[in-house]
Amino acid sequence: MKEYFKNAWSGLFTVFIGMKITFKHLFVPAVTIQYPDERLQLPERERNRLYVNMDDCIGCDQCARACPVDCITIETVKGLAGEDLGKTSNGKRKALWVTKFDIDFAKCCYCQLCVFPCPTECIYMTDVFEFSELERGNLIYDFVTLTPQEREEKKSNYAKFEAEKAAEKAAAKAAPVNKPIDNQETPKQ
Amino acid sequence: MSITIEKNKSESKTGIRTEEMVLNMGPQHPSTHGVLRLELQLEGEIITNVIPHIGYLHRCFEKHAEAMNYSQVIPYTDRMDYLASMYNEFGYAIAVEKLLGIQVPERVEYIRVIMGELQRIASHLVALGTYAVDIGAFTPFLFCFRDREKILSLFEQTCGARLLYNYIWVGGLSHDLHPDFINQTNDFIKYFRPKVKELNDLLTKNKIFIDRTANIGVLPLDVAINYGISGPNLRGSGFKWDIRKEDPYSVYNKFDFDIPVGQGLMGKVGDCWDRYYVRILEMEESLRIIEQAVNSIPEGDVTSAIPKRIKPPVGQVYSRVENPRGELGYFIISDGTINPFRVKVKGPSFVHLGVLNEVLKGHMIADVIAILGSIDIVLGEVDR
Amino acid sequence: MIYDFFFKLTNSNFLADLIQSLLPLFIFILPFALFAVLFERKVSAHMQDRLGPMRVGYHGILQTVADILKLVQKEDIIPTLADKPLFNIAPVLVFAGSYLAFAAIPFSSAFIGSNIDLGIIFIIAASGFVVAGILMAGWSSNNKYSLLGAMRSAAQIISYEIPTVLVVLSVIMITGTTNLLTLSEMQTGHFWNWMIFGGPVMGIAKFIFIPIMIINFVIIYISTLAEVNRTPFDIPEAESELVSGYHTEYSGMKFAMFFLSEYANMFAVSAIVAALFLGGYQSPIGYLGNLFGVHWLIPIEQFFWFTAKGIFFVFVQMWLRWTLPRLRVDQLMALCWKYLIPIAFVNLLIIGLITVL
Repeated sequence: MKEYFKNAWSGLFTVFIGMKITFKHLFVPAVTIQYPDERLQLPERERNRLYVNMDDCIGCDQCARACPVDCITIETVKGLAGEDLGKTSNGKRKALWVTKFDIDFAKCCYCQLCVFPCPTECIYMTDVFEFSELERGNLIYDFVTLTPQEREEKKSNYAKFEAEKAAEKAAAKAAPVNKPIDNQETPKQ
Repeated sequence: MSITIEKNKSESKTGIRTEEMVLNMGPQHPSTHGVLRLELQLEGEIITNVIPHIGYLHRCFEKHAEAMNYSQVIPYTDRMDYLASMYNEFGYAIAVEKLLGIQVPERVEYIRVIMGELQRIASHLVALGTYAVDIGAFTPFLFCFRDREKILSLFEQTCGARLLYNYIWVGGLSHDLHPDFINQTNDFIKYFRPKVKELNDLLTKNKIFIDRTANIGVLPLDVAINYGISGPNLRGSGFKWDIRKEDPYSVYNKFDFDIPVGQGLMGKVGDCWDRYYVRILEMEESLRIIEQAVNSIPEGDVTSAIPKRIKPPVGQVYSRVENPRGELGYFIISDGTINPFRVKVKGPSFVHLGVLNEVLKGHMIADVIAILGSIDIVLGEVDR
Repeated sequence: MIYDFFFKLTNSNFLADLIQSLLPLFIFILPFALFAVLFERKVSAHMQDRLGPMRVGYHGILQTVADILKLVQKEDIIPTLADKPLFNIAPVLVFAGSYLAFAAIPFSSAFIGSNIDLGIIFIIAASGFVVAGILMAGWSSNNKYSLLGAMRSAAQIISYEIPTVLVVLSVIMITGTTNLLTLSEMQTGHFWNWMIFGGPVMGIAKFIFIPIMIINFVIIYISTLAEVNRTPFDIPEAESELVSGYHTEYSGMKFAMFFLSEYANMFAVSAIVAALFLGGYQSPIGYLGNLFGVHWLIPIEQFFWFTAKGIFFVFVQMWLRWTLPRLRVDQLMALCWKYLIPIAFVNLLIIGLITVL
């Protein structure tokens, strides 16, 4: 009998304690924010969409190799002997034309593993996080600064150069013709 | 959504034909904590048998790991137990370091412990909050998530990500602590202690909550040990077992903390309430560890011991850590190349799911949710 | 009075009837449901340190309107294996049940849908009508979750009518009437004449009545909470167990009907509690109309007091919902049969003895 009333009382009493707490919270200011109107200041180490500063990229392919999901595709063409490809901001001389630098953000897992091996610190993560697309293909970002014509030109230049060299070689040694080197596997699309 | 399988038809003495009802709970169900499918055989509302079907979230972690090099596996470990990513990395890093035989700087160990314990609090907050939702109280859930957000912000500030960190690396960390981290962690500890009390008043000591969880889903100690249960679930059954104390790794032996065990305060030892309450007490213990670690953290370089190229010698290693959910073990075989030959994970959630049938029999449908919630599984790690 | 007014206006029995019967729907239930849905979302949000709907209109005041528009546009999905006629009737029936209760609710001394002598009994009977609709919905959906929800709901609503009726009986014993208008009139004057404070009885009996009536009030509040399937008794639609119970398979306007009837029911039971225990439409502090001698103001004031009391109880229902976890089926029944009914019965006996003496 005592147990019975104790149960009934504790049932009511603990309900009142809970109600007191929730009532207090009616007057606690909200912790949420109205997202598109108000935005939080994102920390400086924020890891969102990657950005590649192509001016500094030497096409070394280290980021692509570090990527656990293979979302970075890089194709490079060697510069010709006389060409000046410019220097990176930390003074390295570029030797390769980067004709393809695609990052597929549909695959990217934002792990930042590609950022650390970069010798010129040209690939880094930004705080841009709103880049949804209706089609998955639009998430493949092309970072190369060369125009398509220029890319073709560089490729054909090098192919021509190779062909000339091969022809020279063939002329010299009568050896079989080398194909132009494509040092990167083409990714599955 | 539900399939009628008519079996166990029986005729009672009165001539009324009865059938056992088979109810499919999940994979799309609000409280199976992910994509678990439970096939319940019901006698009215009483459960006679339960068959868990898993694999809806299988992502081939172990096979993937064989194609990756050692540092590329870390983002994948994050995605196993996505509520305790930091701890998954921690366990993996320890295992590979053992394989490589390298010593990491003191500061790294301290930071790992701080992060691991913060992650334990965050993970328990999710466990407790979703448990409250399962029982039907929505407000404690949002209170828990509100506090978890604060921890996630600390992580975000340190490593840039809120959920999948890739922060603890083999031999070190990806970043040093944020300069403001220690202040903010101290603030968080100060902020969080009263919130635990509030949660206790609002939910833990509520009569309805006690009625729903006490004496429900009692997991006796012998059954728990037979099924290999670990972590808060084992401690809820009253056994003082914590790898942080029994087999100390990292710098856990430098800190003073207790291991809470279930005492059957509201019912039998090992019931849902005990498992729930062990988690609450563990959060307070974690706060104690963090407090000690933050205030005695040594200076140093966190990236100095990271090997340039991880190429362990041929061999194998098993190493275990106390994940928020229990014993998380990594068994790694190295064949001397840069890719691991095999990474086998012994995940606590998977092991805990096995005991479900044993515990559930004879309970009601409403208790399925209470018991499943108290066991606190994460499907990402069950299926891997 | 309203009837007479419209009868004079239109000179037709039928039209006056029609207008009077539709009046509560359009001037009360629909606006109330619109308000209550938003109110609930705001209350829950602020209790959880959130803001709730903020986009549509100032602080989201038009959110419910937008939701209704969305529901109207939604495809009406009927499961292939559902029992179509029953599936379509069920929401109408449920709504009719809760609408029926409004017929006998005294909003003010001038406006009561139908001043029947068996008012309170009629309301209890009408709210029992809802069970049929819920069972129908659960059965015809051909979904096990719906069926379980409907079965639970039927068991729950029928069991909880017993303590409700016992408490109502004890009130009837004191007042000697089942007419809600008379009942409200008896509690006139100031708040110490309300039934919760022992009613219009005077002398020593009043002091015995006060604790008993307060306990009775708690009992009837709990059991009406269960009758409208609100937390901690929202077992029929427990979203973490049964997805959403008997209305799992409903979409679009049919779902809106269930929703509307839930909110209409919330007010109906609050109104009953207010009418029985808190003096119905009576003001606790006297009327401005009497003070200034403007007698037409009094019914409006009464309407205000009545809705204020009703909305207060609705608020308490929401408050409870966002505080408490949910009971289990057997515990729900245990609460009813082991706690509420015996206590209500003892109270009934004591009140009976006192009134006889």
